[in-house]
Amino acid sequence: MGSDRFDVVVVGAGPAGSAAALTMARQGVDVCVIERGEYPGAKNVFGGVVYKWPLEKLVPKFWESAPLERRMIDHRLVILDKEAGFALSFRDDQLGEEARGGFTALRSKFDPWFAQKAEEAGAVLITGMPVSDVILQDGRVVGVRTGEGRENEVYAKAVVAADGVMSTVLQKAGIRGPPNPDEVAIGVKEIVELPPETIESRFNAKAGRGARLEFFGAVTKGKAGGGFVYTNTNTLSVGVAVLLSHLMELKLKPYELLDEFKSHPYVAPLLEGGKVKEYQAHLIPEGGYASIPPLVSKGVLAVGDAAMLCLYPEGTNMAMASGMIAGEVLARAKKNDDFSDNRLSEYRKQLEESYVMKEHKRKKNYGAVLKNDKRFFNDYPSLIAEILRELVTVDGVDKGAKHSEARKKIRERVGYLRLLRDLYSDVWSVLPW
Amino acid sequence: MGELNIVVPIKQVPDVSELRLDPVTHALIREGVPSVLNPYDRYAMEAAIRLKEQFGGRITAITMGPMQAKKALQECMALGADEAVILSDRAFAAADTWATAYTLSVYIKTIPYDFVFTGLKAIDGETGQVGPELAEFLGIPHITYVRKIEVDQTTRSVRVERQLENGYDVWEAPYPILMSIAREYGEPRLPTLQGYIEAKRKQVKVVTVADLQKMGGDPKYFGLKGSPTFIPKVHPPPARPPGTVWEGDPKEAVRKLVEALSEKGLV
Repeated sequence: MGSDRFDVVVVGAGPAGSAAALTMARQGVDVCVIERGEYPGAKNVFGGVVYKWPLEKLVPKFWESAPLERRMIDHRLVILDKEAGFALSFRDDQLGEEARGGFTALRSKFDPWFAQKAEEAGAVLITGMPVSDVILQDGRVVGVRTGEGRENEVYAKAVVAADGVMSTVLQKAGIRGPPNPDEVAIGVKEIVELPPETIESRFNAKAGRGARLEFFGAVTKGKAGGGFVYTNTNTLSVGVAVLLSHLMELKLKPYELLDEFKSHPYVAPLLEGGKVKEYQAHLIPEGGYASIPPLVSKGVLAVGDAAMLCLYPEGTNMAMASGMIAGEVLARAKKNDDFSDNRLSEYRKQLEESYVMKEHKRKKNYGAVLKNDKRFFNDYPSLIAEILRELVTVDGVDKGAKHSEARKKIRERVGYLRLLRDLYSDVWSVLPW
Repeated sequence: MGELNIVVPIKQVPDVSELRLDPVTHALIREGVPSVLNPYDRYAMEAAIRLKEQFGGRITAITMGPMQAKKALQECMALGADEAVILSDRAFAAADTWATAYTLSVYIKTIPYDFVFTGLKAIDGETGQVGPELAEFLGIPHITYVRKIEVDQTTRSVRVERQLENGYDVWEAPYPILMSIAREYGEPRLPTLQGYIEAKRKQVKVVTVADLQKMGGDPKYFGLKGSPTFIPKVHPPPARPPGTVWEGDPKEAVRKLVEALSEKGLV
C-alpha cells in the first residue's frame, strides 16, 4: 500500500492503541499507529499496575520479557482518617509465583515495549506526531491529519480512537465533547527514589516482590478520591486522584493534595529519605458506565480512556481489553471487506459480553458514590478510626461496654439501615478487589 | 545536467531542552534524557533537500554512533534522505573529533558525492571541528557558515555567501566540496506524516568496523585509541550565589529591595 492509505489508523500508542494494533497486525491488517509523544509512554501516566489478564492473551508469558518492576504479593486497602489508618491486607507469596497479583510498571518503559510488539507484528508506528483533526467525507471519518497539507494526511477504512481521555479524534468527529469536570479525576503522582533494600524491608518483601497500597478517606479532604503507594524496583509511585469538580470546589492545587497525603502519619514513614525523581499529572476517566460515549460511530471505534473505559485501579486493563476486542472486530471486517458501522458495531456487542462492560455495569453506582462522597470519604473513615482507637485502648472499661458504645455511635451517626444499604449497594462498587 | 549526490553527516544529541543539572554536583544528568537530531544538522538537511529539489539527486544521511542513533537517521529519511547509513561498532566508541572525521571519511570515500553538508557544530560537544576535519580527510575544500548556495553544473563550481558577524563574504569554489550551513540559510522544514511513514519502510544501512577495514580503514585510528585528544578534567559551571529574599510586609519588602538596588547604583 502507499504511504497515505491503510486499512486502519490507530491514534495513540498507549495500552489500548498498541493492543488494537498488535491484534490487527498479526492478522494481516495494514495498520498505522500515530502517537503524539516522542516515544510511546512519553505522555502517559498511570498508578501503575499491569495485570496478568488480558495482556497474557496478547503476549504469552509477557513477564519474562516486559520491562516490569515488582510482582505484587501484598494487596492493601487502607482507610485513613486525619491521623489514623485502618488497613486490610492480603499477603500471599504464591501470588508472585503464579504472576497472579499483577506487576508494577513504569509507562515510559512499558509502553515502548508494548508498542514495539505491534511494530514487530507489522504495524507502522509513527511517534512525535500529534493528530490535530479528522478527515470527514459524507459524514464518515476516512482519515486523520497531523498538520496542514496533503503530506500530513493519512486515509483508512476505519479509525481507532485510542488517544486518551481528551480524545481529539472523538471530539473533532463530533462523537463526544470534552468530559464534564465530574466525570474525570485529576491524578498527580511522584516517583520517589529509594534503595531496593529499603523498599524491601519497609514493605516486608523479597527482591523483585512488592506491595500495592490503596488509600481512601481523609486523603482528599473528605472529597471523593484516593491515594496510592506502589513499590517499583528502586522507586515508589505515590499519588492521589480527586474528581476535577471537587478540586475546583476545594480551590486547591493538585500538588497541595499530594503533599498533604505524603505527610500523613501513615504514609510519611514509607517515603522517608526518598528523593523525588519525577512529577506527573493526568486526567483519569471516572464517570463510569454512564459516561461511555458511542463506541462505534462514523467509522471510528473508541477504546480505552477515549471511550471513558476506566475503573480504578484497572484503567490499563480496560484499555488493553477494549483495544484487543476492537482489533479482533476490525480484523474480521478486513476479511469480509466490510467496514460499515453496522458490521463494526459487533465491537460494542462483544465488549458488552466481556469483563470490561460487565465490570462497568457492576460498578454503575461508582459515579453516584463519588458524588455522595461525604459519607464514604469523611464520615465512615473517622467513625472507624474513633471506634478502633477506643477498642484497642485497654483502660479498665470492659469490652462489652465498648462494643455497645460503638454500636451507639454507628446508630446515631449513620444509622444501621443506611450502613447496610451503603454496604450492599455502593461499597462493593468502589472496592478495587 | 546530472543529478547531485549529497552526503549529510548528522549526529544524535541529548535534547538540551530536557537537560537538567544535578543540584548538588552541578553535573549534567544524562539519564532519561531523550535524544534528538542535532538542531544545527537540520540546516544541513534543509540545504540538501533544496538542492535536490532544484537539480534532482540523492541524499545520503550518515552518522557514527550507537544503534539508538538510527532514530535521528529515520528523521532525516522522513525529511527526504534517500539513504541512511550508521557506522556502529564498539570499536568506534569514545572517538574524538579527529577519529570521528577519519571514520566517516573511510565510508564516504566509497560513495559518489558532489556535496557534503554539515551543521555548524553539535550542541553537545560544541567543537565545530568534525566538518573541516572530514574535508581534510576527503581531500576536498570546505567553506563554513554558508548561508546561500548557487550551483553551476557546467563548471562544476559553486558561488556561496558565507555569513560573517556583520555582513557576508562571497566565495567561489569547485565541487566536490564540504560546507557547513549557517542558520541564515533558511528555516529548516519539519518532517511530514507521510515522510515519516515512508521512512519507516526504508532500512538504515549498518556498517561495522569489519566493513570499514574492507574499505581500507585503519583500525588504529578508530575510537578511543585513535583519538589524540585527551581531556584531563571537566569543570562544572560554578554554582550561582543564592539570591536574597525579603519576606514579610510587601511595602517594607519593596522598600528594602529598592534600598539594596540603589546601594548597588542600579536604580
